[in-house]
Order: sequence, then structure tokens, then C-alpha cells
Amino acid sequence: MEKLMNFKLKIWRQKNCEERGYFKTYQIHNISPNSSFLEMLDILNNKIICEKKDSSPISFDHDCREGICGMCSLYINGRAHGPDNLITTCQLHMRHFHEGETIYVEPWRAKPFPIIKDLVVDRSSFDRIIISGGYISVNTFGKTIDGNMIPIPKDQVDKAFDAATCIGCGACVAACKNRSAMLFVSAKVSQFALLPQGKIERKKRVINMINKMDEEGFGSCTNTRACEIECPKGISTEYISLMNREYIQSFTF
Amino acid sequence: MKNTFKLNSKIPLSSLTHKWEDHKSTLKLVSPNNRSNIEIIVVGTGLSGGSAAASLSELGYQVKAFCYQDSPRRAHSVAAQGGINASKNYKGDNDSVYQLFYDTIKGGDYRSREANVYRLAEISSNIIDQCVAQGVPFARDYAGYLDTRSFGGTKVSRTFYAKGQTGQQLLLACYSSISRQIGIGRIKMYNRHEMLDLVIVDGVAKGIIARNLISGKIERHAAHAVVIASGGYGNVFFLSTNAMGSNASAIWKVHKKGGFFANPCFTQIHPTCIPVHGNYQSKLTLMSESLRNDGRIWVPKKLEDAISIRNGYKKPENINEEDRDYYLERRYPSFGNLVPRDVASRAAKERCDKGFGIENNETKEGVFLDFRFSIEKYGKEKENELGIQQSSLLHNNKLGKEIMESKYGNLFHMYEKITNDNPYHTPMKIYPAVHYSMGGLWVDYNLMSSIPGCYIIGEANFSDHGANRLGASALMQGLADGYFILPYTIADYLSECITEKISTKHIAFQLSEKNVKNRIQKLIKNNGNMPVDFFHKKLGNIMWKYVGMSRNHIGLCKAIKRIQELRYEFWKNIFVPGNIDDGLNSELEKAGRVADFLELGELMAMDALNRKESCGSHFREEYQTKEGEALRDDVHYKYVSLWEYKENHPVSDEIMHKENLNFTFVKVQSRSYK
Repeated sequence: MEKLMNFKLKIWRQKNCEERGYFKTYQIHNISPNSSFLEMLDILNNKIICEKKDSSPISFDHDCREGICGMCSLYINGRAHGPDNLITTCQLHMRHFHEGETIYVEPWRAKPFPIIKDLVVDRSSFDRIIISGGYISVNTFGKTIDGNMIPIPKDQVDKAFDAATCIGCGACVAACKNRSAMLFVSAKVSQFALLPQGKIERKKRVINMINKMDEEGFGSCTNTRACEIECPKGISTEYISLMNREYIQSFTF
Repeated sequence: MKNTFKLNSKIPLSSLTHKWEDHKSTLKLVSPNNRSNIEIIVVGTGLSGGSAAASLSELGYQVKAFCYQDSPRRAHSVAAQGGINASKNYKGDNDSVYQLFYDTIKGGDYRSREANVYRLAEISSNIIDQCVAQGVPFARDYAGYLDTRSFGGTKVSRTFYAKGQTGQQLLLACYSSISRQIGIGRIKMYNRHEMLDLVIVDGVAKGIIARNLISGKIERHAAHAVVIASGGYGNVFFLSTNAMGSNASAIWKVHKKGGFFANPCFTQIHPTCIPVHGNYQSKLTLMSESLRNDGRIWVPKKLEDAISIRNGYKKPENINEEDRDYYLERRYPSFGNLVPRDVASRAAKERCDKGFGIENNETKEGVFLDFRFSIEKYGKEKENELGIQQSSLLHNNKLGKEIMESKYGNLFHMYEKITNDNPYHTPMKIYPAVHYSMGGLWVDYNLMSSIPGCYIIGEANFSDHGANRLGASALMQGLADGYFILPYTIADYLSECITEKISTKHIAFQLSEKNVKNRIQKLIKNNGNMPVDFFHKKLGNIMWKYVGMSRNHIGLCKAIKRIQELRYEFWKNIFVPGNIDDGLNSELEKAGRVADFLELGELMAMDALNRKESCGSHFREEYQTKEGEALRDDVHYKYVSLWEYKENHPVSDEIMHKENLNFTFVKVQSRSYK
């Protein structure tokens, strides 16, 4: 049988955006190493509810629990999505921790991501960046041309796809010491810049999105590449270079 | 008299191939300058709701879109992996609208509506073109043209894909279209909102009551029409491939306000999920059906081998070829590993019930999905392409793995993270799990429910998949409904409300709001002891055991009784922490949803009990052939069961109506994949 594990958890509790938050300590026992981190938090929450001492269980964001929706967002032991590469928090399993370890759990900390409650933050600034231009302005109900009328070289579409895999979780921002959203924005800009369909609006798109990003209060990029290391989808900082090129070109040509 | 109106499916009379064209030409229109005076509520922003919201807004209507997530980009459509079907015949394998239509009808075990399915097949090609125009990076071949692959239940290659993240790419395209409209100001987006009631004024849907999940405020929203696109109800089983927040509340409220619920017992069990590992588990993860293109499913032939594997004494790699039972290839030689989902699921259960399961869990349920052969095959092909004459096995494997990586990389990665096994080296372990609901609210050909003004699209309705959904058809239906059907059909209804103004001060809004508040109060003030999850897990156990992959009379009767007891227990002993005016309270959200599941679960069991035949996902043990295949009864059950809720009565008092299914274009015959 698998050996069950015990942990000490220091979890950030914060009632809302205005009130001060603090770390609260919890003990948790008999956790299967095959549980995911979020399942461990579920168990803890059920314990809190049953004991009825602490008035509210810990709020945290999660949904698909298979690493694709981008909703989960914990900062665990000083790392976005915890101590493993290329995963979201819901894909992090307790076997990555040591027996008896103390684990620190915090929300994403960034000015454009205000805290809603406990570990839940508001990431609608990302939505507003997309609203400012992260699309191709084609109407959806009309008749367009046949898909094969727009041939795209395989390596180019693969590169666009790799950029398009961004799940918008915000780990790049959380990992960056400047709280920069360059990786997120560059992924979207690059996806469309690499595809023939996106070329018509490329200038407007990159300018609008970068302006919006600054307006929302995200910091600048200083090429530390922490975003690339913590990105659960392994999106490369190469796309930041590509975006910079798009940006400069938007002024010159 | 009431019923005859409600049951009018409005299927046009012309020949099947002309129905949609002819119907469209007779639909009434709303002129462009009137559209901006018309408001439409869309609940849910996945593929169907998102595409509908974007399209309606582009047409000029005012749209209010609601989702419980923090952003439309997170709707669970994002998790669809394998692909989307379209009958483009790019591969030259003789695909056509008819072939796609036929495969879907047959796959659904002749329990879907012919007219709707034909329309879906007709529209499929437009969807691909549309998505390409929006910038979806579909897989391409080396010449730059769109690539396809194959899915279960078909003999052609018609599935367009973007690695194992097709749903994500389609949803993000749809989300960017919504975003554009939000920017223009035509869509007002309500994130982190949940619909808690449908408001009906003079028999017509006129708005919703929603809860702002952050502030806890109960809000009234009025509109000229309400579109429900809230997805499926698989989470009634607790463990499923659905996202944790996926719920049935929106459709259940519509049902309780008069929307007929169609075929509730049809829930798809998907054959290729990661097996359950322990009782702490909150969720199951799907491994795309597309993997069956390149994977062979097997269990050991000898019982002692299965036992050794479970106990860890033997590895699957060490089982000789002649000691492996490729049971799908053995039983269904012509479709092999690509049989439809219901057939593959039952075959896996049959082997595990006989003791051949290979997973070391409580129920010993699991089978292997082995990629070794494809890795070798692709390696060899690549070597030929590169002109390598003599090669080592190691090098061959490396080349093969690279190709597998390019096709399914994210799926293999996901599997490894969850199970700690590397599927490039050792076969994946898989087992069936609850996945998709084919049942849902009844709609007519215009996608309107039995409540005028209330439209149901995507997984939330019942119409297109029958008793079993073929792979890569869900994305197709979601987008067809949202981009290409609803925007036309809804105008027919809206053309009559152009001068109308609706007020949220109407007594119907007041009453609905009061009911919603009372219920929340009841949940929070209840001084019980047990958390919501306790009841949800119990319900899930009952559902999986008795209303799961196989059902029988005794089990279903038991399930109904146990669900009733559990519901009683729930309302007596539920404990929801927090206060009424608190904001974010996920326990309260869950409690409301589970209370609805506790009613829906009973209806599912009632429907399954009523359907004394086996078809698609609904397998009644009493009705099977000698070989253990589903035995349909077309004489007595060729209908859609429609359940009508009676106000202030329990679920057990619901009345069943029937919509008979007519097939004019296909010959109804027994389904064989041999």
C-alpha cells in the first residue's frame, strides 16, 4: 500500500482586497502521494467545515483540474504552480513534497491582479488586453473562403500553435519580478503575426495590446526569463522578441 | 391542448436534403435598425454560448452573456482534446454530408432526430472555414493544407485537429470574437455570475435571476429572449471528466419552469480515461479518443498475468504478444480499436468484470492502451523517408516517439504528470468514465425549448446525438448551433417583440427573486453537520453503481429510493458555512448545484427504468444479445422521452411524453461494428 503523508501548511488568508492578509497554519494528515495539490486542499476544507471552528473554508480558484482551463493559480513554496515544471497547480501531485514538509501557499501577487478573497485573484486585466485587440476582425456568421484556400507552411502553423497554447493563467506575471505580462501578450500577438489571416491587422493589434498592458499596470520586461521557466505550457520568450519586432515594425513601415 | 403546442417539433416538410435551406427562407427577419433595441441573454460562454453571443452581437443585437468562471476563456469546452468533424472529403476517402449524417445517426443508435442531424452534417464544413478565418492553428500537412485524423465509429478521416488541444483553440477563437464585441460595447459580459432562475412573464421567457458570485448580490436581468448554453450534467456522478464547476442548475431551473427534459438517461461513458485511483479523488481525466488511432487496447489473456500486473510482479512490456488479448480487434474486426465509445466502454467493462483488469485500485478496473506498434511504424516510415538503410532499434524508437510527440504530445505529458508513468515507454492505463450528456432540454427545430423565448443550444439540449455521441461531434454541434443555426432561427421569434419593453420590476421577477433568496437562506441557515461534498460523493456512488455503464430493473428501483432518501438527508443535515450577505462562498455555490443534481439524478434513473431496451449509452442488462451487444426495441422505444415537471410536486410525479422519431432517409437497422 502507498505510504500516506503529513504536512504543515501555511496558507494566506485574506477576507477581501481592502483588509490585510496573514498566514494561517494548518496541519493535515494521511494524504495520499497520488492526490493532487487541490485534492489535498479539498480534504483540508472539508476538515475545516466539519470542525466548524474556522468560519470559512479556504477560497481558491480551480475548475477543469486537468491543466487546460487556466483557472488554478497558487503560489506554492515561492513558485507559481509549485515545484515542478510544465504543470498547473491542479496537475501538481503530493508526491513532489517530502513527508512532514511545511508548505507555503499564497495568491498570485501583482497590482493588476487584485485579491478577491484568500487565494483568489481577479485576472480580468488579461481579458481587457484581449478586448483591446487580441483577435482577427472576421464576422462569425458569414460565409468565408474554404479553409484550404489559405495554405500555411507546417512549421509556421506549428509555431503559431505553440504560442496559441497559452492558457492565460497568469503564472508569467506572478513569476516575474517586474510583474510583466509580456509573455501572455506576446503569445497572442505572435499567434496572429505568424498566420496569414492575422497579418492585415498586425500593426493595430500590437500597438493596442501593448498600450493596454501598460495601462493595466503591468511592469516592463527585463529579460530574466522567469516567465518561461514557470509557464505551464512552456511558451518561449522567443515570442517576446517576436512581439518586440512587431511593435517596432508597426512604427517604421 | 397545452401539450400539442409544446410538442410541435417544427420540422420542415420538404425533403431531408432541402429542409434547412427551405426553412431558412421562410423564417421571419428583424431589420438591422431594430436589432439594437432587442436584448438577448446568453447563459454559458463555452463553444455554443460563446459562438452564439458573438454572432448575435455581430448581427446587431444587445447581448448579455453570463458565465460562472472568471473569464469566458475557461469554459469547459476548452478541455476537448481530439478534434472537430467536418465532411470536407479533403482526404479523398469518399466522405460526404450523407456519410457524416449516416455515421452520426447510426452512432447514436437511431435515437436522434434525422432532420437535426442532417442539418448538422450540412453545416460542418462552414465551421472549419470559419475557424480558419478566425486564426485557429489547425494541424497542416507539409504542403500547407489542413490535416485530418480518424475517430471512433467512422471509416473516413474527417476530424480536424490542433494537437490534443482542439477544444482550447476553438474556444479561444470564439472568446476572441466575444472580446471584440465586448470592446465595441454590444456584449455586456457578466463573469463569475450564476443563473439561479428563469423568469417567465405571461408564459414567455423574459429574463433570469443571477447571483454575482463575488459580491453575493442577487440580480434581475430582463431580455427579449434567453439562450441557455450551460453544457452537460455529467457531474451528477461526482467523478466525471467535466470541470468541477460544470452543473445542471441552469437547465434544471428551466425544466422546473416548464421546459421538457428529454432523454435524461443518455449519459456517455467515455472509454479512455485515466482509471480511478483512490477515494480522495475529485475528478477524472480524459485521454482523447484520437489516441485510439495509434494505440491498441488490450488486457492479458491469462488471469494469472492480470493478477501479476496488478500486484506489480510483472510489467506489461513483459507479456508476450500471444498472451495479449486485443479484445476490440478480436470482437470487432472491421472497426477494431475505433469502435464507438459505448461499444468500447462496455467491452472494457466486460473484460474487467471477468477479472482481467490491470489497474491496482480498489475495483481492479483498467485496460492497456499501447502505443508501441505505432512508435515502431512511424519510426520505420521516417527512416525510409530519410533514406536510412541500417538502423538500431533505439534510433527507430526515437524517430517514432518524435512523431507521436508531434501528434499527442500534450496528452502524453498530462498522463505522465498525473500517473507518474511515461506512456512512451509503458502502455497507458485507461478505463471508462462519465463524460458527456446526450440528453438535455427538449428543443424544436429552431432550438427553442417548450417555453417560448427560451432557447437551448450545445450540450444542454438533446437533439443531435441520440443515445451515443461519436467523437469530435460535440465541438461541431456547439459551434453549428451558435454560429450558424440560432442566429437565424431566433430572429423568427424576435421579429414579434420589436416594440416591446420589459421591466425587471414585473411581479414575476419579484417572485423569482424571492424564491431564489429563500432557497439560499434555507441552505445557509440549516444547522446540519455534513459538508456538500459528502452528499455529492454519495449521490455519485449511487449513480455510478445503478445508473452507470449498465442498468437493470432492480438496481434502478433501488437507485430511485436511495436518491430520495439522500435528498431528504441532504436538506436535513447539510451544513453550508458563511453568512447570507457574504460574497464569494464556493460551498454555497456547490450546495445549490448538488441540490439540483439530487433531483436530476432521480429523473435519470426514472428514465432509464422506463426505457426497456438497450441503446447506445443506455445498457439495460435484461435486453442484450447472446454476444452481449445492446438489443434495441424499435417497435416500442423509437421515441424521445420527454419529462414534464409538475409544479409543487416531487420529481417522482413527473409525467412522460413521447416524441416519435421518424426516419425517412436511412433504414433503421441493428447496429453492428463487427
